[in-house]
Amino acid sequence: MSSAVVSTSAAQGRPFVFDTEDVGEVCPQPSGAELFAEARPPQRVVSANFPRIFKDARLAGVTPASRLAVCPAPEMVSSGIAEMDALTGGLPRGCLTEICGPASSGRTTLLLAALAAATRRGEFCAVVDASDALDPQSVAAAGVELDRLLWVRCGEESHHAEHRLEQLLRVADLLLESGGFGLIALDLADLPTQTARRIPLTTWFRFRRAVEHTPTVLLAVERQSIAGSCSSLLIKLGLRKLSASENRVSELQEDSQIAPTHAQLLTGLEITAELVRSRLERKPVRSAEITFTSKTAWAG
Amino acid sequence: MFACIFVPNFPVAAVFRAEPELRARAVAIFEGKPPLEKVFAVNQGAARMGITPGMTKAQAELCSGLTLRPRSLLQESAAHAALLDCAQSFSPCVEDAAVDTALVDLEGMESLLGTLPEIARGIFRVAADLGLDVNVAVASNPDASVLAARGLSGVTVVSPGKEGESLGSLPVEVLFAERWENKESAGKRKEDEQKESARLLATLERWGIHNLRALAALPEVALSERLGQEGLRLQQLARGAASRTLVPVEAPAVFEEAIELEYPIVLLEPLAFLLNRLLEQICARLASRALNTQELRLTLELQNLTGADPQLDIFGIPSESDEGQSRRSSLAVGHSQSLPAFGAFANDRRPTTNDASQHFVSGRQNKFCRTLRLPLPMLDSKLFLKLLQLDLNAHPPGAPITKIHLAAEPARPRSAQGGLFLPPSPEPEKLELTLARIAALVGEARVGSLELLDTHRAEGFRMRQFVAAAPEASRQKSSTEERSAVAALRLFRPPLRINVTLENGEPIALVCSKKKEVQGSVLWKAGPWRGSGDWWEREAWARDEWDIALQTVDTVVLYRLVHDLLGGAWFVEGTYD
Repeated sequence: MSSAVVSTSAAQGRPFVFDTEDVGEVCPQPSGAELFAEARPPQRVVSANFPRIFKDARLAGVTPASRLAVCPAPEMVSSGIAEMDALTGGLPRGCLTEICGPASSGRTTLLLAALAAATRRGEFCAVVDASDALDPQSVAAAGVELDRLLWVRCGEESHHAEHRLEQLLRVADLLLESGGFGLIALDLADLPTQTARRIPLTTWFRFRRAVEHTPTVLLAVERQSIAGSCSSLLIKLGLRKLSASENRVSELQEDSQIAPTHAQLLTGLEITAELVRSRLERKPVRSAEITFTSKTAWAG
Repeated sequence: MFACIFVPNFPVAAVFRAEPELRARAVAIFEGKPPLEKVFAVNQGAARMGITPGMTKAQAELCSGLTLRPRSLLQESAAHAALLDCAQSFSPCVEDAAVDTALVDLEGMESLLGTLPEIARGIFRVAADLGLDVNVAVASNPDASVLAARGLSGVTVVSPGKEGESLGSLPVEVLFAERWENKESAGKRKEDEQKESARLLATLERWGIHNLRALAALPEVALSERLGQEGLRLQQLARGAASRTLVPVEAPAVFEEAIELEYPIVLLEPLAFLLNRLLEQICARLASRALNTQELRLTLELQNLTGADPQLDIFGIPSESDEGQSRRSSLAVGHSQSLPAFGAFANDRRPTTNDASQHFVSGRQNKFCRTLRLPLPMLDSKLFLKLLQLDLNAHPPGAPITKIHLAAEPARPRSAQGGLFLPPSPEPEKLELTLARIAALVGEARVGSLELLDTHRAEGFRMRQFVAAAPEASRQKSSTEERSAVAALRLFRPPLRINVTLENGEPIALVCSKKKEVQGSVLWKAGPWRGSGDWWEREAWARDEWDIALQTVDTVVLYRLVHDLLGGAWFVEGTYD
């Protein structure tokens, strides 16, 4: 039974549909619109329990459950990392996903993995790089198909962060308007937090509306969450430990060198990911945390 | 059956095609070198005012309300090309009879295009779409169709066997058509032809022969004795009995349009208006031949700056306040975006972007050229206009414009097999416009796709044009396997210069003056990893790389340090993220 009808009845103090009071037989079962639009008495045909709400004109404006629009769950696509897919179900199409965390928390790793997965699916992707920080070697090592990736490098050396931010927002508007991209990533990771926070919520809301009902995954990579309720998914990353040669350096402190520096080799990072918020499920989200490992390109 | 498409008063029609707003005015075309310019052709409005060909320009200028235009061979060439395009859109067998006349062989076309009157009306409509006001005549032989098109306005269909009857009322002057050729190239040949034609016409006038019916009725023997073979030929034409085969030509695939301006223009808005007109004409001609284009070349002739009026500024614009200049989107005021400066490890420019402005002085002319190369063949005049506007905004010509020339390189239309299950991809036309707008925001060299270069040098890549090509099915199937996550590096561009505290040659602490958060003590380090290259080049490089974990205020950050062995400086190149 629709929760809308039940809750309305409960709020109004009227009996529920499941009340045992016999109000006669009805056949054929009238449509919801007929039931609530016209307060006419039921016709006796088949035994059924229907309450006296048929005659109540106060329910004329209530939309019956059968007429309520069903919002389909967005399609989820792989993020490129199996552990992340297990945590979040993937990245939702037509929604805004935020990836936040401090430096060296694995944000760019996750971003490149998502790009690689998208280009492997044959989709075209775009990265709007506010700080011009993308490393082509890392992009290639992550398995991204370079001819399917559009890279927009905002600002130049002398431009202030505000100018870069303005360019990023305008470019994002153009790309969302153009359409056809499987994934659009806004890389705000190196922008100062106070600068990134200047983006008004109306802008995020506009981005979300632009990408709604499209197959585009909109990804925002930043230091802290700044899109508020406009994002459907909020993932927080953190560095747990780094892997060096065969030694796991779990507690980084002074004098933690075990072997000479020339014998050490950074082989990977252990990243923790926490699903802070998900608006894709009806049940409230319990904070879930997973750990995944990223390897450096030379680690093999 | 043959169709003739004839453009009456061709030089005037060529001007009307470029400037349709002149159709309602009295127009005279002049040619020649000043001060000996003479009127070459006039329209009906100018003829009513008493302007006749041969009159000097100075005499014509005395008439108020008369619009004078110089003869433009480029406009006439474009009009002639449009005429051939119109003809070729109906039949592959087309004869280029004269600059104002095209003959079309309609053999077998009725089953495709309809009845002969429908075909004739279709030709008339297509020619009108291309900006030409033509006469169309259909007859059983080419010469009869030419005479009917020259003598009868509008659309005419001559029934087989009734050529003599249909052409009989036409004046004999129609047999001696004026040839609109350049006097300099025609030379003495045209003078001899004109003299002979005048002699024959005078003879026929003396005999009282005023129309083709009278000429056709003359006895053949007597005519040949007095006028020779030429007289017999003219009689056959008058009877509509001449027969010959068509000499088909392959119309050159040259799609160019040009317009010479009465006065120089300095603003982008009127230039956009003219460009729109030229683009529509070019696109209509391409569409008539089922072609698209992948390259547009815009050439602007600029006003000679050496003879600039002292009242004008250096770009030939009337001096006005800075406020007024900044408000207008002037071409000549410096609104151009400077090309990005490239550093020592510069990325190469995309190979297929618009060419840089080419300013060269040819005699007294300055020319400004821009080339627009499209990733795929397209045919959308509005898109082309938008792209040209964005390009000219970014690269203004810098001087008033006196002439506009636009050429399109023809290409076969693209064909793509659609599919229900293909992944989403951007529309090529929309994407091209979006990329142009983004390039106007961030710079041409800062948007595109990546291409790695075969080098170990840092920043060994270049940007190239982003093309949303159709996905290949085979590539999709082979790349479904997932890989493990690869630790990525975020670069600082340019690298951050730091002061490093060394111990036994190893960094133990660092401070960056430019970025306060990049400082602290080194908790862990790996390296150095030495790299060098290009020692045989002028730009040799040699460096040591260190991977370090730095304790910052609230977290641990992994950095890559670079020690430039040639310069001695230390840099933070990027962050492992």
